[in-house]
Amino acid sequence: MYVLIVGAGKVGWNLARELINKAHEVTVIESSQSRFAVVEQELEHSAQYGDGSELWVLERAGIERADLVVAVTGDDEDNILISQVAREKYGVERVVARCNNPRNLQHFELLGVTPVISATDLILRLIEHEVPKYGLVHLLDLPEERLEIIELEVAEGSEAAGRAVKDLGLPDGSLVISILRDGGGFVPAGESVVEAGDEVLLVLDVGIEERVTERFTDRSGAAIQ
Amino acid sequence: MFVLIVGCGRVGSTIANTMLAEGHEVSVLDEDAEAIALLDRGQEQSWEERGGRFTEGTALEIDALLAAGIEEADAFVASTDGDNTNLVIAQVAKRRFEVERVVVRVLDPARARWYAEQGLQTICPTQTAIELLEAAVRGQIRFEGVSG
Repeated sequence: MYVLIVGAGKVGWNLARELINKAHEVTVIESSQSRFAVVEQELEHSAQYGDGSELWVLERAGIERADLVVAVTGDDEDNILISQVAREKYGVERVVARCNNPRNLQHFELLGVTPVISATDLILRLIEHEVPKYGLVHLLDLPEERLEIIELEVAEGSEAAGRAVKDLGLPDGSLVISILRDGGGFVPAGESVVEAGDEVLLVLDVGIEERVTERFTDRSGAAIQ
Repeated sequence: MFVLIVGCGRVGSTIANTMLAEGHEVSVLDEDAEAIALLDRGQEQSWEERGGRFTEGTALEIDALLAAGIEEADAFVASTDGDNTNLVIAQVAKRRFEVERVVVRVLDPARARWYAEQGLQTICPTQTAIELLEAAVRGQIRFEGVSG
């Protein structure tokens, strides 16, 4: 696979290194001369100097035959533009972009640039996973497929606590895919009983989250969200 | 009409003053609070005394665009010093806020041409300069003083 990476910062450089190790053909474009000089010492001919938002620079790097373009510069507007021309002008099928400021995510989405990787968002999710303040964590959103995977903590006194999975009364379009308990996890059968304190992973259609979470929270309403 | 101009350099500030003098409602957005000085230059009254709006903020921030009045804009000018910024906000103005008339300055002729083909109204000063210079070199046109 030929991968074109724009931006040789920490992300771009390490990604290039990993992909080269996996025997992929890689070109990484860097616009800062001093940074390029450092990166070129290791990556040699796989590094090119230039402004990756200029079309001729992308063409020189062979964007037309790229199987994947990764836009990971430090500027969101550059990443958006690079992704947009990669897909719409050069017909690259797979494009991955980095969003530096989560507030710019809406621009990426508006201009059809997906998937977008936001390090801030990822770290935030990890924090939520470690510290489930609200009892609910979004593990994965697949907006195009209209699916999401969430993690819920089963509250003491909730509808779900003490019930078998098949008796949970979950709405259509939702499915328990695993139960995490005592540091381990398993894929439940219909008879598996959900206990208070468990964490459950569910896959569900977008839009029914509230109807699912209410089964797992304390009916007195005082519980975690 | 209501004109929103993003990027208050030499180009943006001059367009802003012209539009205001022609009786239009004009709002200017720039990340540099000092840029308002360009709007006052050579004028007897300050920009705001003359009824102009000025918002300090980053072009890419939706909140800044909202504060500058993008929802009411009839015309939108993207004239920051960054081609990519201009191209992103122009598309945001057009697609998200459905501003009727969107014009965007792009210095790089290649990107200007491609985005023009995609339906954006791009103005490329570099391309204009190239064409005028070539015509002047050939003797096809002759300027007295500065072009235009």
